Parts: sequence; structure tokens; C-alpha cells
Amino acid sequence: MSTPPGTAPGTVPLRPFWRRRPPARWRGGGRLDGRTRALWRRPMAVISITVILVWLLAAALAPVLPGPGPLAQDAGRFEAPSGTHWFGTDELGRDVFSRVLYGARTSLPLAVMLVALSLVAGTVLGALAGYFRGWVDSVLMRLCDLLFAFPGIVLAMVVTAVLGPSVTNAMLALVIISWPWYARIVRGLVISIGDAEYVSARRLLGVSARRTLVEDVLPNIAGPVLVLATLDLGGAILLLSGLSFLGLGAQPPAAEWGLMVSSGTQYFQFWWVSTFPGLAIFSVVLAFNCLGDTLRDVFDPQTSFTRAPSAGAGGTAPDKTGGSAVTP
Amino acid sequence: MTASGVTGRRRAAHPLARLLVRRLGAMVLLLLGISLVTFVLTSLVPGDPARAALGPVQGEDEAAVAAWNSRNGLDKPIPVRYLVYLSNLLRGDLGVSQQTGTPVLDDLIAYIPATAELAIISVLLASLIGVGLGVAAALRRDTLLDQVLRVVSLGGVSVPVFWLGLIVLYLGFFVFDLFPGGGRIDPLAIPPAEITHLYTLDALFAGDLAATGAALHHLALPAAVLAAYNIGYIARFTRTAVLEVINHDYVRAAHAKGLPARTVVRRYVLRAALPSMIQILGFAFAGVLTGAVLIEAIFSWPGIGGYAYRAAVSLDLPAITGVTMFVAVVYISVNFVIDVLYGVIDPRIRAG
Amino acid sequence: MLTVAGLTVAVPTPNGPANVVRGVDLEVRAGEVFGVAGESGSGKTMTFLALLGLLPAGSRVTGEAVFDGRDLLALSPAERRRVRGRDIAMVFQDPMTSLHPMLTVGAQLTDHVRAHLAMGRREAREHAAALLADVRIPDPHGALRSYPHQFSGGMRQRIAIAVALACRPKLIIADEPTTALDVTVQAGLLRLLDELRLQQGLTIVLITHDLGVMSALAQRVSVFHEGRIVETGTRQQVLCEPRHPYTAGLLAALPPA
Repeated sequence: MSTPPGTAPGTVPLRPFWRRRPPARWRGGGRLDGRTRALWRRPMAVISITVILVWLLAAALAPVLPGPGPLAQDAGRFEAPSGTHWFGTDELGRDVFSRVLYGARTSLPLAVMLVALSLVAGTVLGALAGYFRGWVDSVLMRLCDLLFAFPGIVLAMVVTAVLGPSVTNAMLALVIISWPWYARIVRGLVISIGDAEYVSARRLLGVSARRTLVEDVLPNIAGPVLVLATLDLGGAILLLSGLSFLGLGAQPPAAEWGLMVSSGTQYFQFWWVSTFPGLAIFSVVLAFNCLGDTLRDVFDPQTSFTRAPSAGAGGTAPDKTGGSAVTP
Repeated sequence: MTASGVTGRRRAAHPLARLLVRRLGAMVLLLLGISLVTFVLTSLVPGDPARAALGPVQGEDEAAVAAWNSRNGLDKPIPVRYLVYLSNLLRGDLGVSQQTGTPVLDDLIAYIPATAELAIISVLLASLIGVGLGVAAALRRDTLLDQVLRVVSLGGVSVPVFWLGLIVLYLGFFVFDLFPGGGRIDPLAIPPAEITHLYTLDALFAGDLAATGAALHHLALPAAVLAAYNIGYIARFTRTAVLEVINHDYVRAAHAKGLPARTVVRRYVLRAALPSMIQILGFAFAGVLTGAVLIEAIFSWPGIGGYAYRAAVSLDLPAITGVTMFVAVVYISVNFVIDVLYGVIDPRIRAG
Repeated sequence: MLTVAGLTVAVPTPNGPANVVRGVDLEVRAGEVFGVAGESGSGKTMTFLALLGLLPAGSRVTGEAVFDGRDLLALSPAERRRVRGRDIAMVFQDPMTSLHPMLTVGAQLTDHVRAHLAMGRREAREHAAALLADVRIPDPHGALRSYPHQFSGGMRQRIAIAVALACRPKLIIADEPTTALDVTVQAGLLRLLDELRLQQGLTIVLITHDLGVMSALAQRVSVFHEGRIVETGTRQQVLCEPRHPYTAGLLAALPPA
């Protein structure tokens, strides 16, 4: 691999830190510059951002939109989709369209919270491991390895079953299986950026290690970690709805997408009961994944594959950042 | 340094053995770690297991609670309890399922073959299609085909499997009646003589082609649904792996030798991408096993996934933990095999 | 034997096509070592990759390049593939990356031989062992079963030369063949190349930015600058009495011997 221009051997950047060039890999990450504009030229990004905005709007406006609401049982049971009930009605005569709209109010904020908590926990622990190295690093990384050994949703099942089924517990269980991904990537970035020459140069000028961590290393991590988080949002929604589908997340009569699909399994012939909530999951997850994929392309064409989010299938994915050293 | 071929080959066996030993050691440590995690989760976290087990009436009786605690070793210090837990595990005692009333291990053994059959077929299917799509996308990078395949693979990793299972079953069975509505074999048919417990193979061994066909017919929908995620995932991964090697000098050198383009791709590009593609198999298996938890119930597939689903719905903790441990062990073992394969495939690892 | 006229090359980049070669004329005579000098990015490598059809997809090439009476640029991709490796072979800069790390030396030496010359497996192996002996690899039969990583950089470059020689080509294009090697190994490799040329009646195009290497081997030299040839002549003319200011600058930039 060729040396990125920002860290070419022999070049010691003597600029003040506010004018320094971040490593080539992430130059421009997180800033409004040419790349952000490039994002708008990609139809896939525009479409997925639109879809996400529509869902956010639906979540925000659901209570003020006209309609029977998610819990009102004022129609016949299992009415097929029609002008009055666009998505039909379910086994209790509730309007499926209203419930799908309200479902966004559960899934989206919970997914954001799940990703935010995993990100904060992972970043703090990963940065500690990368900064202190030594035994702190070993212990934390072995813990990550251990958690990686459990395929995603299965461990979350045990945790929720122990804690008691509820949406909050489902989210906490998923934080436990998600943070190691962030920790490992942040650790790798802290180590590689901490060893970059412009950081060494600042250290040689007498700047403390802690200050370089805060001023040089962490700002450069923000870009990749945020891209990873976007990629992860889709996976988070899938996992949360999967746990609810298993009865370990949201409890009836809540309007939650996974739970709604699950109730549809018992009323097979009334396809609309589960089809529409499932489509809601699919559309929003696909939008987040497309957006994340494009973000990665635009900001980091080198690593066009880090980690696909653990999806409804609960699979966890390898990340190239921590990948094998022998790949040619 | 010039290594003559002969000494180079003789030295090669040794590092591979070392790799094996090292990986085995790591595997044992991981298994210990897994038992520690499940111990903490199931034995320490629940507040009052005695009262939970004895129920509200007996739970008020202090003597009964103390007796239950001592019978189950709960009055001992935590490290001792862990050792007891561990020795139980080693003897195959995973507890008794509250739902079925039988030992969890027996349940697992009864349910494993169905899931194994489903998982193997599904991973095979996903690897074939996923690798094909990934290579096609990489070779036609940035063309319309690449874009279409990108959306298709992202769709595969975005679709909730439990929903896809329902839709596919609704269309394939209920509407068009092309596929059976569930199970491994027709309820009235006699299952083939059991050798491997995999119906497709057993039927083949018995020379019963009709039964093989029936078993495959039953497998088709659940295997395809489970493959959806992996197809998308493997395709994306393969595309990246191929793009990573396709610009290497040795690929250009192979073209400069005047080899046909197809030979270059097969011999040079895929060969170099193979090690990283092998790694993905472990994740494919993990994805299928956990996906099975979500969809086996839908397809009335008598495997551990459906067992785990029923255990989850009824909060049957010993059964859930048993499945978790089983899946983790399979996952670790698959990755062990992959690591060793990796060492066999990449000569640079073999020679140290 | 090779006459290039009016060659232009445009390769695609994220910011649109870049004209990397802007009208190159040159003539390589049979049996000589033709040196091509210039800094990196001057278009010297692109020129020859274009002749062989090895440019990245989406590149545009115009002009003509007559080799043995045929215009290489007018050939169909399949015909050009049959020229590559058999009539014109190439040696790349970095022997660490130009050999496949997971295929044995024997496999890499024989696959194109069997494709081009329709040799049997056994015959191809004997041929490959003889080639390794030609480039002075000790224990050729053992080496056939070894992997590239078991050899040093200099040995690997010898193997790469053996790969290039395998189908008895008329012309070898050596792109910075010694740049990635230690100075001590360079001399031996250059001597080997020259001996092989004399033995087998090869023609060699030597692409290098190292004027020292150039003066040791090349009989005639072209100097590339920004996609054009600024000066062509014999070694003495170009290196001792440069007419173009860019060549003079290049020479002035050499460290004093």
C-alpha cells in the first residue's frame, strides 16, 4: 500500500494544529466541503435521505395527523385495505396505517439511542485501550473478542430474558453486543493516528500526550465513527424489531413494527396485517444502509467495506480495520 | 536468501501445526469465557431464583427457600458455584427446559439435524450466488450493473428475515401453492432411514429420489429466505475483496503474459481473494443460525431456531441459554476451521 | 522493429480524463537496448502499457504503433492478447508485487507458456526449469515448487525475467526493473539482462528514471517530459551533450559521482 500523502515519510508538518492536514484517509471527514457536495450528486444518497426525512416527519407528526390513532378499536376486524383504512385493520379492528406511523415513534428514537449509547461506550473504552495500551488494552480487547463470539441477537435474547422483556431492556441488551465494534475500530484509529507523524511532531514539540489525544486524535476519529454509526442505524432497527418479533421487546398493545409483524403470523390469510409494518422496516433500514454505503464511498473509497450492520438475521460482520495482516 | 523447494516444503508442516495449537488454545479460552458470561447472566443476575422456582406460596417459607438454595448450591461462594456450573456443563448438563420438561441437551440433540441441514444448504446457496454477483459487480465496477447489484445486495442485508419469511410463505404456499406450507417432509410420508439425520442425504443413501426431491422441496423456501441476507452480504464483501486484488501488479502482470481474461480472473484474482472470502463463511453461518431463530417457527421447521423462539416467547431461560451456548460453540468451531483453512490456503502463513 | 507515431493516451480519473501521453513518436531497432528516461508521471510507462492494451478500462488511445509489420493499436483485443507475453513481454518494477503470492513459481512460469505455445504439462515444466537456470536460480526444479515469498527481491526479479522470457519474445519492456532492488543487486541484474539480450537476440526497452542505469545499458535514449519526448539520440549525445534544457536539468540534478 502506498503511503498516504499526509503521512509521507520525511514530511514533518510544522503547521499549527488548526491548520494541520488530517491523515489523507479522512481528510474532510465531518466538514462541509467538496465531499458533502459530492453526496448530493448521488441519486442513491438523495433518495435515501428523502426516505429517512419522510419517516422522521411521520414520527414527529403522527399524533397531529387525522386518523383513528394506534389503539382505537373502532372498525371491524381484518378489514382489507380501502379508502378509509389504507393499510386495512388488524385482529382488534385497529387501523394498520395509524399503527405503522406510530411505529416510527418507537423504532427510530430507540435505534438512535441504541447507536448513540454503543457509540459513546465504544468510543470511550476504545480510546482508553488505544491510549493506555498495555493491560487495559489487553483486557478490553479480550472482552470484545468474547462478545464477538456470540452471534448478535442470540446473546441479546438471553440478556432480555434475564432482565425481563421490554423495549428498554431490549435496547440495553443490544448495547452490550454493539459497543465492542465501536471500541475496536476507535482503538485502531487512536493507535494509527497517534502514531502518525504529525502527532509525533507535536509530541516532540512538547505537547502532552493527553492534549494530542484531545486535539489531534479524537477530531480525526469523529468522521469514520459517524459514518459507522449511520451504517449501524439500519442494523439497529432490524435488531430491535427482531427482538420485538420474538416477544422480547415491545409488549402489546404497543404499535411496534416487529411486534405487528409477529401478530400477523397468526393471521396468515390477512396479509396486510404484517406486510405493511414489514415494508416500513425494510424501507427505513434500506434507506439507512444506502446512505451509509454512499457515505463510506464518498468519505473513504479505500475501505469500501468495514462492517455491515448486524441485521435481522443477527449476523455479525468482520471489519477490515481489524482484519488480517496477511491480506495481500 | 534462497530457499530451495525441498527444504521449504519440509519446514512448512511445522508452522501449520503451531497455528493449529495456538488456535485451539484460543478456542478453549473463548469457551471458558462464554461459560463465564452465561454463568453471570443466568446465575448471578436474576434476583431471587429460589422464590422464582418455588412460586409464591412455597417461596414464603424460609426453610423451603434455604433447602432449595443448598440443593442447588446457591449457598456456596460464587467461585465455587462457577466451578460447579462448569463441571455440569462439561458433563453436558445444561439444565432442564421449563417448557418441555426435558434436559436442554436432549432437546438440542433432537433439533440440531434439521437446523444443520437448513444452514448448510442455505450457506451453500448464498455463497454460490453471492460470490457470483460480487465478482460480476467488481469486474463491471461503476457500470449500471454494478449499481443494480449494489441496491440488490443492500436490499438483501436490509430486509427483515422474519417478514420476508412470512411474505414468501404467503405467496409460495397460500396464494400460488407451489411449495409446502412447512415442515421437513410431508406429514404422511415416512421419514427416510436415519443415518446422518439430514433428510436429503438419508433419502439419497436410501436411493429414494422422490423423498430427496420432497425434502429439497420443503427446504427451498426457508433456505432461500435465510440466504437473502448472506447473498447481499457475501456479494458486497466479494466485490470489495476482488477490487482489492484486481489492481495489484500481479494481476496486470498476468494480463501482460497474454493469458485470457477469464483465466486471469479465475486463477489470479479469485485465488488472491479466496482467503478473505473464506473468512466471510464464519459470519454467514452465524447469520444463518440466528436467522433460523427468527424464521423456523414460521416454516414449522423442527430445528433449534424454532425451539429458541418458543423458549424466548415463554421466557424459558435454561433453553435460551442452551441455544446461545450451542450457537456460540458452533460459531467458534466454524471460525477455527476457517482459520486453519486460511493457513492451508495462504502459503505465506504456512511457511511462517 | 517497433515504430510508434503520434501516440496519445487519455486515462480516466475522478476529475475527468487526463492526457498523459500527448503525441509520442519513437523507433526501437531490433537488437538494441532502447532507454526511456523521465520523471515519474511523464508518460513513459503509460506509452508502453498502451501498446500492450494494459491501460485501465475507459482509457482512450490514438496514433499507430507498428510492430513486425502490424499496427498493435489496430489489433482486436484477442489478437493483442496473443501478442502479449509471446512477442512482447514485460518486466515490472516491483518483484515483491508482480508475482502472485499464492501460486508457485512453476505455475506462474508455465501457465502462459502452455496457453501460447500449446506445450504439455511435463514439457512446460522442463522448459520452465531451463528458464530458471538461464536466469541463474540455484536448484531450478526445487524453485518451481516454491512460492515467491521464499525468495529475496533480487531472485524474484530474476524469476520475473524468466516469466518474461518464457515464450521467447522478440521484445522485452522492462519498466524500472532495478528500482526496487538494493544497489548491490542492481548491477548483477543489469548484467544478466544484457547477457540474455546478446544470447537470445532480444530487443529491450528499458524504462527508468535512473540515468546511471541508463548509461550502463542503453544504446539510444529518449527523454520524456509531460507526455512528450523532448529529446532522442544515442547515449553519448543525450547524456553528454543534451540539447534540451529539461534533459540538462535532469542531468544537473544527479548527485556528483
